[in-house]
Amino acid sequence: MATIDLRGVSCPTNFVKAKLALEELEPGDRLELLLDDGEAVKNVPRSLKGDGHKLLGLQKTAEGDYLLTVEKGEE
Amino acid sequence: MKEQQEKPRIDLGNLKAGGFIKERGKDLFTVRLRVPGGRMAVPRLKKIAEVAEKYGGEFVHLSVRQSIELININFRHFDAVVQELGEAEQQVASCGARVRVPVACGGCEYNPNGLVDTQKSALEVDQRLFGAPTGHHKFKVAFAGCPFDCPKSSTNDVGFQGALLPKLDKGACISCGLCAKNCTPGAITMGEDRKPLLATDPCIWCGDCVKVCPTGAWEAKQTGYNVRIGGKWGRNPLVGTLFATFLPEEQVVAFITGVLAWYKEKAEGQGRIRLGDIIIQEGPALLLNHLRQQFPHSVVAATVPPQVIDTQVGVRGVQPWQP
Ligand code: HEM
Ligand code: SF4
Ligand code: SF4
Ligand code: SF4
Repeated sequence: MATIDLRGVSCPTNFVKAKLALEELEPGDRLELLLDDGEAVKNVPRSLKGDGHKLLGLQKTAEGDYLLTVEKGEE
Repeated sequence: MKEQQEKPRIDLGNLKAGGFIKERGKDLFTVRLRVPGGRMAVPRLKKIAEVAEKYGGEFVHLSVRQSIELININFRHFDAVVQELGEAEQQVASCGARVRVPVACGGCEYNPNGLVDTQKSALEVDQRLFGAPTGHHKFKVAFAGCPFDCPKSSTNDVGFQGALLPKLDKGACISCGLCAKNCTPGAITMGEDRKPLLATDPCIWCGDCVKVCPTGAWEAKQTGYNVRIGGKWGRNPLVGTLFATFLPEEQVVAFITGVLAWYKEKAEGQGRIRLGDIIIQEGPALLLNHLRQQFPHSVVAATVPPQVIDTQVGVRGVQPWQP
């Protein structure tokens, strides 16, 4: 599973980057996104859900960032 | 005969509800248009542009309460302006001691935060109550789609704010923690069992938990409007206070009608006085009781009077400024 580092990327660019990365995958494939605390971890998961992807889990990293696991939804 | 022809023939009926505002210049008026909720169909916008170009100045003004105002309209053209705008079903707004055109944010149709259809509510109130005389003073209504409250609903005589009461289905929860992370007021904590716990007091009913939850474990138990009454701005601002929660969307017009009836009665003989000042004078319990008869499920148990915002604090008690 690929991990995309979106730390330091502000809204909505982080969401658009995640969206573009998901476009490369097939439905059912998984992707990990590394997100900043604050606005990023609040907005990106919700927007991905709105786009029809499946959120599988959120983990806080040792550095205090967040690792979101997403499964690509049907087109 | 010639004199007769030069006299302006103006249908004074057009002026009844107001919307024509005297400008500084001789003979010139601002014509305030009726744009409930700030939604403007594109063909109407085109017609307004046409009329503004023909009769108005070099610009229009977008007012604070979502109106388009035509500037520098000569009063001799009132009839033509009203008639030509009418071709695109554009009407003139209201002024004075009347129910004004309601303000609303985009609501839930395309805004991801919206919880209720504010545009539908604004249109309904505009159709049913627009221009209704209050007998006392202006009466402003606003609709916000969620507790972010971009339209500042509590600075209106009656302010509606979309709200969602969340409910948890523990069995469907996968313990991802996204809801706790997303809840800005900190109403959700993750319990020992890795399932969310909701503390009611800090919850502002924003629905963010429902929106982020990947499995639908959080769902809406109820949605509707939280209603604040008695707000205004201007020289002596008041912030309206909470009178009802989760008022069903279809009861909005009846609710405002109930508030108006109380206002008319209690303000009898007091001239130009705003609703908020009447509530301060009478106490909020009377209005709560009045509304509770008709809306027993929505009206709150107790509330406080509208809150005074002192805008002059920094200069009070300071030596007066000498010219
Ligand atoms: C702000 C400057 C003005 C502008 C831009 C303006 C523009 C116009 C236009 C475009 C029309 C044609 C309307 C139509 O046929 O559909 C018109 C008609 C007319 N204007 Fe003006 N006008 C101005 C000032 C005035 C003033 C100062 C007077 C009176 C002293 C006046 C009296 C009239 C009258 C009587 C008509 C005929 C209305 C009718 O056809 O029923 N206008 N004007
Ligand atoms: S009040 Fe809520 S729904 Fe309305 S514009 Fe603001 S964030 Fe969106
Ligand atoms: S509705 Fe909003 S404030 Fe209440 S628990 Fe959910 S996210 Fe928190
Ligand atoms: S977001 Fe949903 S699934 Fe995740 S912890 Fe909260 S209730 Fe459980």
